[in-house]
Amino acid sequence: MDAMPKWAEVVLVPLISLLLAAILSALVILAIGESPWEALKLMVDGALGSTYGWGYTLYYATNFIFTGLAVAIAFHARMFNIGGEGQAVLGGLGVALVCLFIPFPHWSLALIASACGAALFGAAWAFIPAILQAKRGSHIVITTIMFNFIAAALLNYLLVGALKPAGSMEPATGRFPETTHLPSFQDMFSFGEATLFRGAPANISFFVALAACVALWALIWRTRLGYELRAFGHSESAARYAGISPTKIIVISMLISGGLAGMMAINNVQGEAERLVLNAVEGAGFIGIAVALMGRSHPFGVLLAALLFGFLYQGGAELALWTSIPRELIVVIQALVILFTGALDNMVRMPLENLFLMRRRPPGPDRKSTSAEGAR
Amino acid sequence: MTAPQTTPDTAPAIELKGISKAFGPVQANKDISIRVMPGTIHGIIGENGAGKSTLMSILYGFYKADRGEIFIGGTKTEIPDSQAAISAGIGMVFQHFKLVENFTVLENIVLGAEDSGLLRPSLARARRELKALAEEYELNVDPDAIIEDIGVGMQQRVEILKALYRQADILILDEPTGVLTPAEADHLFRILENLRREGKTIILITHKLREIMEITDTVSVMRRGEMTATVKTAETSPAELAELMVGRKVLLRVNKEPATPGAVILDVKDLHVTDAKGVHRVKGVSFEVRAGEVLGIAGVAGNGQSELLEVLGGYETATGTVTMNGTPIDLTGTKSDGQSRRRRGIAHVPEDRQAEGLIMDYSAWENTAFGYHHDDKYRSGLFMNNAAILSDTTDKMQRFDVRPPDPKLAAKNFSGGNQQKIVLAREIERNPDLLLIGQPTRGVDIGAIEFIHEQIIALRDQGKAILLVSVELEEIMALSDRIAVMFDGRIMGTRDPSQTDERELGLLMAGITDTDHDHSVEEIEDNLAKAGH
Repeated sequence: MDAMPKWAEVVLVPLISLLLAAILSALVILAIGESPWEALKLMVDGALGSTYGWGYTLYYATNFIFTGLAVAIAFHARMFNIGGEGQAVLGGLGVALVCLFIPFPHWSLALIASACGAALFGAAWAFIPAILQAKRGSHIVITTIMFNFIAAALLNYLLVGALKPAGSMEPATGRFPETTHLPSFQDMFSFGEATLFRGAPANISFFVALAACVALWALIWRTRLGYELRAFGHSESAARYAGISPTKIIVISMLISGGLAGMMAINNVQGEAERLVLNAVEGAGFIGIAVALMGRSHPFGVLLAALLFGFLYQGGAELALWTSIPRELIVVIQALVILFTGALDNMVRMPLENLFLMRRRPPGPDRKSTSAEGAR
Repeated sequence: MTAPQTTPDTAPAIELKGISKAFGPVQANKDISIRVMPGTIHGIIGENGAGKSTLMSILYGFYKADRGEIFIGGTKTEIPDSQAAISAGIGMVFQHFKLVENFTVLENIVLGAEDSGLLRPSLARARRELKALAEEYELNVDPDAIIEDIGVGMQQRVEILKALYRQADILILDEPTGVLTPAEADHLFRILENLRREGKTIILITHKLREIMEITDTVSVMRRGEMTATVKTAETSPAELAELMVGRKVLLRVNKEPATPGAVILDVKDLHVTDAKGVHRVKGVSFEVRAGEVLGIAGVAGNGQSELLEVLGGYETATGTVTMNGTPIDLTGTKSDGQSRRRRGIAHVPEDRQAEGLIMDYSAWENTAFGYHHDDKYRSGLFMNNAAILSDTTDKMQRFDVRPPDPKLAAKNFSGGNQQKIVLAREIERNPDLLLIGQPTRGVDIGAIEFIHEQIIALRDQGKAILLVSVELEEIMALSDRIAVMFDGRIMGTRDPSQTDERELGLLMAGITDTDHDHSVEEIEDNLAKAGH
């Protein structure tokens, strides 16, 4: 018997958690000697007040949708993929190779090819920890973390070596050819005089991310694979009983997860930088964990959480720019949001459940007896 | 059986007045009052989830009652934790023993009741007292034996000694015979009678009517959190108690015609199973199951029956030969998955429905497709055919009388009996040639037991082969057409249920094949201990 109605579970709990995080952040800002109200106004204004701000917010959100979905799908199979960062790095490599070495007549073909390349490289990077987990029992958390470092080192090696254009002093690839450049929001939403999203990095990959949300939702809740994957996540012993191969589920869920993390590169590498630089991922792989936690591993929850984190990222950058609030405080605020929505979830949930139970108890007889009625 | 030696003016050893306890929306105990007189054995009987364990947890200080009072020996007593319960003279023997496996008997008894920081004087005192207790109550155990080396019956005695060492006058035993062979259970009852003679008060929690009738003086019946009756055992009958437990008349016997066995469906030859830890669990088992018969496998839990089912169900590897309808089955694990077993016409109701048979967080309809989700009728391409599964579930729930008949309710929200019906409906309705069924009525309410037994017999009468594994001897005797007894990974013998009795089966369960004359409990225990029980 669910203690709370669905709407309270989905809307009320995260909202209250968010509010608590906001209150605590406000106290911290007060302690620094700034006005929390001004800070909030600045953040909202900077992130959502103009199409320019939106352009940044949605750009960050796109990264977080991909990495959030990556963590979420692995969560459903009870795999904790902490390697989103490394998989996104490898995804970037995939995009760079596709864009640099294949001549494309049009950006749309380039997008399809580079998305495939990104997913392939990300998935390949996740495959090794997955097969080690499935066959040898090496813990996926440990191996994926270590693979993050290997990925960073590998990229470093390639960017100062094979992929660096001759004569360049910078550890980066050369610029991708013109035909692989993705349309930005500025290209897509400017009509005549009015130029929206001027100079903002948001681009067409945001819509790819939205499509990924829908596709993943269908995969998890509508396909036989999703059914097996969730069953394995709930109970490995029951999955074995039903003839669901643990190896198959571990490997497939991690391939999808790694593929999604890798696909982030079509946004930051192909869409924004238009070349591959060091540290292109900027921690988005880790933010994905928080996004998946807050979004309850549901693709649409991930979408909302990614938008929130996109807002925090962009708003935070504005805050650091215009006030004496240091950049680090933004990390504190983000950490508080993660703490309250992820780790301290029960702190809000339990009292709320009791509240709903108390409201429900007086009128009806207790609900459990209807289900315990049981044996005819 | 002695009558309770009480006079009207003695205070009850324990009296509970108006105890209520709720967990969230679940009212586990509703206004419960009982009086247990000193020097008596008081039974508390009820189905799973009736609230027996909750009540005893309140008495032992694990939970705090929402309302109500506890009187020990006539004085009102607060029991906020188990330390308070122990100092009030209450001792508890749990269903799952709380012993440190690699400690000796003596160390376990002293643990938590040491006299001082130094261990040696405590151990010496315990050794003396243990000797006295052993003589007084027939509670013989070797004080220097390591717990993991001694049998389950012996471990239980250590638990009782632990309580007595802490000066318990009131002993609560929670389902004490669940893990014992019939002979060991008899010995336990002798110990309990000795304790009663010495003036100890005993509360026996069980769901087995036979035990209540055999040993208790008074019995209280619980149903859905309420105490429905307290009666003198001598003045009641199993049928009446069953009716009080369930709230309607129940048939305690299974009605069935003699079997008409047909062709051999499952043929197992020289099957060996070694588990992941390298323990040899099944040591060369051979048997066959014919169409239209129930082969019952009896045995104390942990003698290889579970592994046998897992191998046949396709999620454990083995060596040997198993043929199904004349064609061999691959036991190596490469193709030995549950999916191929199902295609071969083997259905499996696993022993542990909560860990294996069901995904507890899946709704009833999702569970109905579980294991069969690749069936044509449940799929459309890569996708699940949710509509088809839903309507199929609605039908099955109606035919198997699952309550509440709500296909969208999560499995965890059904009672044990209804969960089992969901599994049974899924497995039986696929019309298998062979049904593997483990512990069909474990944790299932009496009312549903009757229904489940009927379904098994009905399937047999349709000419299907059934392999039944159960640790409940009564269930094996009631359902089987042939009984094989497993001990230490081997089949000790196969018997015709009409030509055997519980005594003979009990000896076989303890690994003694020479069943013509009597054997002492010690001999049985030695045997069990040798096999690692």
